[in-house]
Amino acid sequence: MAERLVIIGAGMATGRLLDHLINEAPGVFDITLFNAEPRGTYNRLMLSPVLAGELCYDEIVTHDDDWYARHDVTCRFGERVTRIDPERRVVFGERGEVPYDKLVIATGSTPFIVPLPGHDLPGVIAYRDLEDTEEMVRLAEKPNGRAVVIGGGLLGLEAAAGMAARGTHVTVVHLNDHLMDRQLDAPAARLLQDALEARGIEVICGANSKEVIADDEGRARALLLDDGRMLYCDLVVMAVGIRPSIALARACGIETKRGILVDDQLRTSAPDVFALGECVEHDGAVFGLVAPLFDQAKVLAKTLRDLPASFVNKDVSTKLKVTGCDLFSAGDFRETQGRECITYSDPQAAIYKRLVIEEGRLVGTVMYGDTDDGGWFFNLIRDGVDISDMRDMLIFGPAYQDAVAAPTLEVMG
Amino acid sequence: MKAPNSTCAIRSTCPYCGVGCGVVLGPDGQGGLDVRGDKSHPANFGRLCSKGTALGETVSLDGRLLAPRVHGEDTDWDSALGLVARKFSEAIAEHGPDSVAFYVSGQLLTEDYYVANKLMKGFIGSANIDTNSRLCMASTVAGHKRAFGTDTVPGTYEDLDEADLIVLTGSNLAWCHPVLYQRILANRKKRPEQKLVVIDPRRTASCDLADLHLPVKPGADVALFNGLLAEIEKRGLIDREFAEHVTGLDEAIEAAKADDLSVTGLSDDLLAEFYALWCGTEKVVTIFSQGVNQSSSGTDKVNAITNCHLATGRIGRAGLGPFSVTGQPNAMGGREVGGLANMLACHLDIENGDHRKAVGDFWSAPVIPEQAGLKAVDMFRAVGEGKIKALWILHTNPAVSMPDADKVREAIAGCDFVVVSDITEATDTARLAHVLLPATGWGEKSGTVTNSDRIISRQRAVLPAPGEARPDWWQLAEVGRLMGYGGAFDYASPAEIFREYAALSGIAGGFGKDFDISGLKDLSDAEYDALEPTRWPVSEGKQGGRFFADGKFFTPDGKGRMWPVSWKPPASKTELRYPFRLNTGRVRDQWHTMTRTARAPRLNAHLGEPFIEIHPDDASARGIGPTSLVEVTSPNGKAILRAMITDRIAPGEIFAPMHWTGENAPAARIDALVAPVTDPVSGQPESKAAVAQIKPFEAAWYGFAMSQTPVKADAEYWAQAKTYAGYRMELAGRETPEDWVEAARQLFDLADAVVQTMLDPAKGTARIAFHKDGALQAALFVSCQPVAVMRDYLTHLPGQEAPMVLSGKSPADQPDPGPVLCSCFNVGVNTILSAIETRGLMTVEAIGEALQAGTNCGSCRPEIKALIERIKGRAAAE
Repeated sequence: MAERLVIIGAGMATGRLLDHLINEAPGVFDITLFNAEPRGTYNRLMLSPVLAGELCYDEIVTHDDDWYARHDVTCRFGERVTRIDPERRVVFGERGEVPYDKLVIATGSTPFIVPLPGHDLPGVIAYRDLEDTEEMVRLAEKPNGRAVVIGGGLLGLEAAAGMAARGTHVTVVHLNDHLMDRQLDAPAARLLQDALEARGIEVICGANSKEVIADDEGRARALLLDDGRMLYCDLVVMAVGIRPSIALARACGIETKRGILVDDQLRTSAPDVFALGECVEHDGAVFGLVAPLFDQAKVLAKTLRDLPASFVNKDVSTKLKVTGCDLFSAGDFRETQGRECITYSDPQAAIYKRLVIEEGRLVGTVMYGDTDDGGWFFNLIRDGVDISDMRDMLIFGPAYQDAVAAPTLEVMG
Repeated sequence: MKAPNSTCAIRSTCPYCGVGCGVVLGPDGQGGLDVRGDKSHPANFGRLCSKGTALGETVSLDGRLLAPRVHGEDTDWDSALGLVARKFSEAIAEHGPDSVAFYVSGQLLTEDYYVANKLMKGFIGSANIDTNSRLCMASTVAGHKRAFGTDTVPGTYEDLDEADLIVLTGSNLAWCHPVLYQRILANRKKRPEQKLVVIDPRRTASCDLADLHLPVKPGADVALFNGLLAEIEKRGLIDREFAEHVTGLDEAIEAAKADDLSVTGLSDDLLAEFYALWCGTEKVVTIFSQGVNQSSSGTDKVNAITNCHLATGRIGRAGLGPFSVTGQPNAMGGREVGGLANMLACHLDIENGDHRKAVGDFWSAPVIPEQAGLKAVDMFRAVGEGKIKALWILHTNPAVSMPDADKVREAIAGCDFVVVSDITEATDTARLAHVLLPATGWGEKSGTVTNSDRIISRQRAVLPAPGEARPDWWQLAEVGRLMGYGGAFDYASPAEIFREYAALSGIAGGFGKDFDISGLKDLSDAEYDALEPTRWPVSEGKQGGRFFADGKFFTPDGKGRMWPVSWKPPASKTELRYPFRLNTGRVRDQWHTMTRTARAPRLNAHLGEPFIEIHPDDASARGIGPTSLVEVTSPNGKAILRAMITDRIAPGEIFAPMHWTGENAPAARIDALVAPVTDPVSGQPESKAAVAQIKPFEAAWYGFAMSQTPVKADAEYWAQAKTYAGYRMELAGRETPEDWVEAARQLFDLADAVVQTMLDPAKGTARIAFHKDGALQAALFVSCQPVAVMRDYLTHLPGQEAPMVLSGKSPADQPDPGPVLCSCFNVGVNTILSAIETRGLMTVEAIGEALQAGTNCGSCRPEIKALIERIKGRAAAE
């Protein structure tokens, strides 16, 4: 008889886990899938193109009802899990309990809502799911609609660009003095800001939000900054970060810190209970980008079948999915002692690149405007390649590395 | 002045070396010229070298001086020449005629020269007029006068065709007189039995097809030819019949036998082979040039050569004789007309009272000086000592080309009153002038020149005189008139001057002198305009031809003179501090101080940077690598040059070209290192045997730059060359600027351009480009190593869209042609290498057929051959 596997959460990590299990071990597990959202797995990364009107929702669904049916996955969508009893090995849904032999908690993360006065007013949303996306899309139908996005990170800018593309007037307020400060250095951020401003997005850096002001109907009407500036708007989008969703796990005594603590095999402190995705904390790290989640899914697919596999948290690279704003960053590009930088700047073409080198090896890169070689640099970082010999030409990318006839000064004759 | 006809082709003469090639010029209607060799000219029969072929690129008005300038301000001719006349007159009145001087040039046409000489020697009353031919031909003049009684080149170019042996001594004919060299090579195809011997401390391009190369020690030519004379005597080859017409035979042989041949540094076998060849070949032409002349024993070297020819009677007949080739288009004309301080005019002697009286009467001159004036080196020494109060320099650049050039520059800078006539203000010398006079340039001038084999050719104006530019004869005559010498300088045209000159030469002929062109004294203007190339003499007694076969010489006793000469070492001695013997000379595609050739991009592509040849052993012993910069120091000055490591040069010797100046490579003014020592007879400086030390230049950074406009860098080393798209530059310095982007902005003076950068401060790398309206303006590449980028690709980019310029590399589908080897067809080294390697083209002919390279002037053929040999060598090693 098949082992009973219950999975809580149908996000992207779960989608990848299911793919592995269905492909590598068909029929081994009797799978029940809970999801609080009333739908299955879609590519959340692609919400931005949906918001921008470049894709529609159907195009970003990775696992639809038909897929689950075909692979005998029992779906309990739109049903919240209220409790887990690890002793009895039972999961309690709103519509009844389900026993398990193995349990995967993949509850993902929740957007962090800055606890400003007025943060809970109608018209204040996060940018997390299809519902948020749809609300932003609806604003575009309103003449002269205005939105304020709090947070000039990856998500905030995608939200801002998406709304702007639909004709909404958008202001981005960002606490740091340059946009995407976790992924970009100041020069790259400046180019990005220029590009965003060129498409009508207003950007205010170094801005501290003080309060969301309501209108007579009790709806968000403006964001007040602590310097007194009042930004009138119809919608406030908070995109200042995410927090692992750990309440369910913590409530049943599973060990948590920032996230649900897991070992290299994605095991939690409870027997036969595993955690996956943005809700986990591994070796002190929590996750917001998709690449390590996919790695986790691959490892967990093996662990569940008692096969050896270990998760290693590797460097990741970032790409902003805003059409026309090509940026890429990878590794650690902070300029600390012992690190050397190579920069390339071409304001005419709005291209900027920075490579960070430590002891002859590339450890980080930021690129804006031309990110074609991002993967190549990423591999150099990942593989710890000694770049000393190619240093002069390194920043020009792989196309310029071949050893063409040494162009020398040797005087002929 | 008559405006030149601007539609049809005009026959004229090339302004470079003394071969004197005829050219056919057609204005292209855009200020440029279509230039072809004149098939009917006896000097070249249509052939041209790379420099001549590129003449059309040199006539643009970029950088031309277009108005008289006094103390940096443009003015009119009356004011400028009025000032010149007044200053000269005042100096003469106060300090005497010897307080003024003219320093003129083999660039002047004969008519210009004639007026300058007449003004100085006949009316100012001083002989202080000397020419840059002093640096070039003075030892030959002195040697000829000692041997023949006059400065006579006995033979003609036809002798090269008929000779069975040609000896090149102190002559890199392949690079310096390429058309003559190609003539020899073409002849050798028809007559493979003709032998070629090269005597040169360096294995030059001329050695490439030679049967024998004698790498003689610098300055040992006298011993070498004394050895030959001794051998001639030993073998009983003295022409006893001809010796009746020669004095000094026994003394010369005795001196010759006393010389120690070991100073030549040549093996006994090599000497024996050469002597046997020379002795055994009746028809031998011994060609000599600067390697002989530019020496403290230059005159003796000339006579060591003439001794051998006089002893064997091998002179004045077809296919044999000593043959001097000159370095300038009108060096010969200057010698004939009296441009040297120790000549009067028409080969007449300044010390001879009868000659003085005859010339004085002819000119109606108030005074003729009785003594020779100051020769170049002494002249500038006198300038430095404040003895010369007013100096007029015409068409030459002594601040670069004189020995001890830094001192000369200081001397000129300190002179009370300096006038410079030139086509540009951008020369090291012109920048020091109080008065700058805009002269007409080569394509705008009309007159005559004389080449190395005594052919007088017309140079004809083909372009209109730009701006206020005026011919030199006009400037000189005008000053003569303003100084009060009225009618003597009332010339209306070069033809008028020429007629007077030809008439004067008849007087010289009357004294029994060789130079007599009195047959041309009655030419009408039209006949002068149409004058065909004509070999002198042109008189009732003699028309062209050769001299001395009849045993008649121009000495007082009418006999040829053999001179007892003995080897003397060069004046500067090598020592521990200066262990290297420094040789200087020319490169293939540049000429003199580059005021003209540097304007032609294709000529700069061959050797675009000043360099120093160093033997591999010397280089490795001093840690000098193939791309190193080298600091060269002598007791007189120092230079920084790019290393050219080659076994063409002997260990202990170094060679540097003499072309680069403060305008394009201030650290490469090589004559600043040359001691101002001269031949005691000729006054010619010893430019080929200085002493020096070399060491790597310790650069903190190296740079390569290209730009649409010329720039001047503030760096210890920089060398700039014009390209088709603008300029290219190599740089290096000891101090690294704080901010490279700011430094580059200042270098290029591009305040409002968009700057593109690639910076790696930890490694000392900076690449900075400036763009305006999408087009590249300039770029600088900096590294703490010599910069490795595709220079020849990059130099094409200014003015174009070049988003990836900072990569320094051409896109993969555009191979880098490499430095240009064939200037005529613009074929790069890499292109030729690739043709050899991938298409198996293993002969110079095959390369020529496929790529055209080497098929015009042919002066790159030795280099193509060397490339083929290199590949063959590589293949054999594999």
